[in-house]
Amino acid sequence: MAKVTIEGKTVEVENGTTVIRAAAQAGVEIPHFCWHPGLSVAGNCRMCLVEIEKMPKLAIACATQVADGMVVHVNSEKAVEARKAVLEFILINHPLDCPICDEAGECNLQDYTYSHGPGHSALEEAKNKKPKRVPLGPNVVYDAERCIMCSRCIRFMDEIAKEPTLTFVERGDRVYIDTFPGKELNNPYSMNVIDICPVGALTNRDYRFKARVWETSSTEGICTGCSRGCNTNIWVRNNEILRLTPRLNSEVNNYWICDNGRLNSFGHVNSEKRLNTPLVRKDGALQEVGWDEALSSAADALKPFSKDEVAVIGSPYSSVEDNYILQKFAKQVLGTTNIDFLQHSVDGDEDTFLIRADKTPNAYGAREVGVSSSKGTDVKKIFELIGSGKIKALYVMDDDIVTSKETEELLAKLDVLIVNHWVESKTTQLADIVFPSATFAEKYGTYVNFLGRVQLSRPAVSTLEQERVPGRFNMSRLDNFGSAFDKWNKGQRRNVRSSWEIISAVANLLGGKIRFQSAQKVFDEVAQTNPSFKGLSYAKIGAKGAPLSKGPVGKKSKEETLV
Amino acid sequence: MGNNGDENRKREMNLWEKLYFPEILHGMGITLRAFFRPKFTRQYPEERWVPPPVFRGRPVLVVEDETGVERCVACGLCARVCPSLAIQVQAAETELDKERYPELFEINMLRCIFCGFCEEVCPEEAIIMSKDYELNFSDPKDAIYGKDRLLTPASHLSDRLAFLKQYR
Ligand code: SF4
Ligand code: SF4
Ligand code: SF4
Ligand code: SF4
Repeated sequence: MAKVTIEGKTVEVENGTTVIRAAAQAGVEIPHFCWHPGLSVAGNCRMCLVEIEKMPKLAIACATQVADGMVVHVNSEKAVEARKAVLEFILINHPLDCPICDEAGECNLQDYTYSHGPGHSALEEAKNKKPKRVPLGPNVVYDAERCIMCSRCIRFMDEIAKEPTLTFVERGDRVYIDTFPGKELNNPYSMNVIDICPVGALTNRDYRFKARVWETSSTEGICTGCSRGCNTNIWVRNNEILRLTPRLNSEVNNYWICDNGRLNSFGHVNSEKRLNTPLVRKDGALQEVGWDEALSSAADALKPFSKDEVAVIGSPYSSVEDNYILQKFAKQVLGTTNIDFLQHSVDGDEDTFLIRADKTPNAYGAREVGVSSSKGTDVKKIFELIGSGKIKALYVMDDDIVTSKETEELLAKLDVLIVNHWVESKTTQLADIVFPSATFAEKYGTYVNFLGRVQLSRPAVSTLEQERVPGRFNMSRLDNFGSAFDKWNKGQRRNVRSSWEIISAVANLLGGKIRFQSAQKVFDEVAQTNPSFKGLSYAKIGAKGAPLSKGPVGKKSKEETLV
Repeated sequence: MGNNGDENRKREMNLWEKLYFPEILHGMGITLRAFFRPKFTRQYPEERWVPPPVFRGRPVLVVEDETGVERCVACGLCARVCPSLAIQVQAAETELDKERYPELFEINMLRCIFCGFCEEVCPEEAIIMSKDYELNFSDPKDAIYGKDRLLTPASHLSDRLAFLKQYR
């Protein structure tokens, strides 16, 4: 261990720690561009110059290791002057592009120029011209003029994606980034370079020019693209999800997320096929009805059947709370053990980094709370029993179970099919009663990833039932100050409810007693009754998740540093 | 009768005032003097006032005369700085060199307080205060000015542009 004093604060750190990491532990921020905690040290931007006593010259904090008794001055006159000069140097050829640049508002260069910069340039010469709007791959656009040649993107492709794709070409002030000949930046993790690029040189084709960061709110979410459950920030403006970015969690995804999760895991929330009102089949066609009518129709429809004639299908897409209430409904109210969920694994579509074959976020959790065939009938058997006419009523929660022509024909044989889902699907088209349910982005819910880590997702999109109010939601400036009369504040709030609420209501109409005020209360009961969840609560899970009290657990906790 | 006036402001009238008649003559004298003073009322709307360049009328977007392209790059700073949240900007990509342009630009003139902050913050001198003070609507929807009513050729705004060059 080494004792170092940084800006008057003394911390004890392990030998071999770099000054920049030690400073982070001491709570001192050292500006930097090329250094990234998840990548190797390059030391090329010189922004992290600090003064270290007894050293003849200023040293870069990212590559200098601590020594016992070291005294570091981050904000001494010499260090501040040096950083000013570095910034002026970086800005020599950097365009005055912030009004156009997508990074503005979340740009390290902009922030540091504001807080550490000289405020003027000593140079009057025209800035040099370089390639702009270069598509490096299907999702990433490159602007060489804005690039400060920090090499983060190159190192990411080499070290994390393990597919060297990018390199510097040319020299001096003509240098820029390009792909190797014949290569394209189309790695499944390629878009992470956009997040780590400290400037606006790499932009997201999907998000380019869509919104300013200060117009949006950002909420801690969980990616529902596969059973890894990468931690995300959900960026919302006008009640519409605009993008997902990865959120640091060293137990799950570190700083990264895959492109598929980033681009495709929220499409259903904004989808045009979103269900927006309960539907009941009358005279052969699904018709829009109110909640009360739909709920009582569901209860009436289920009443005549005995426990062997009904089955329920849970969902690995839904939260622990939804699945818990569903199994409670099945076991306590319907009295059936015909309960299971459909697997959604794509064999072979996985890798050794983040992407998992199981394309659902909560298969582990659903199984854990009892939506499984361990003591009852599995999906295959349920389908067989439907075929033979033994099962006459089916309740499907948050899943599209029509995977083939045969299942479609099977479901047509049912007397009653009740479906909760967020979008119109083949299953909802066959249903007799359809409840529009809330997606992961519209409710509190926990998801258990394949490692057995319970993670909490918070609502980012408001619904008719749940208004966007501070405390429950993260608010943007526009959310805070816009009125109901502003055109830009009229984003659609859908008439949907969480599946656990819908199912509780149906259960209670059938004489059950499933009464919870919130998803949090549901989870508290799960924690009390299920040994795997023992001792857990929303507070304990927090933003970073917590392991189940049994089962495989992630690697041991590491300290988490600043980006 | 309630007494909601300030007690301290009550003043006893003097003898002349109490007599009443001399005060009437005094008042008529004031009116008479005004007859011979220069007139400054105006026969609006036949006669219209053209404000000086310092005047802050409704904000407009500047269009370059030569190219017919708006200056605005949809950076959103005016919308951010606007204290009354009057401005909505939606950016989009253009094939032009400047990359970015406002696909939608709306100012809600019922919200605007003519502070001129948008003009001050704009990095492109793209939104400036015009001389237009004649705003009337019969429907709140009409008060939302889109690009069709905001875009104004720079040649029509030369006064204000020259003023800004000089004083900003
Ligand atoms: S990269 Fe940053 S500093 Fe450069 S133009 Fe974009 S926002 Fe401005
Ligand atoms: S593109 Fe961005 S990450 Fe890559 S070298 Fe340039 S500034 Fe760094
Ligand atoms: S500040 Fe100027 S350039 Fe930016 S959006 Fe407003 S008018 Fe356009
Ligand atoms: S003049 Fe002031 S209130 Fe009106 S649009 Fe501009 S910033 Fe907003």
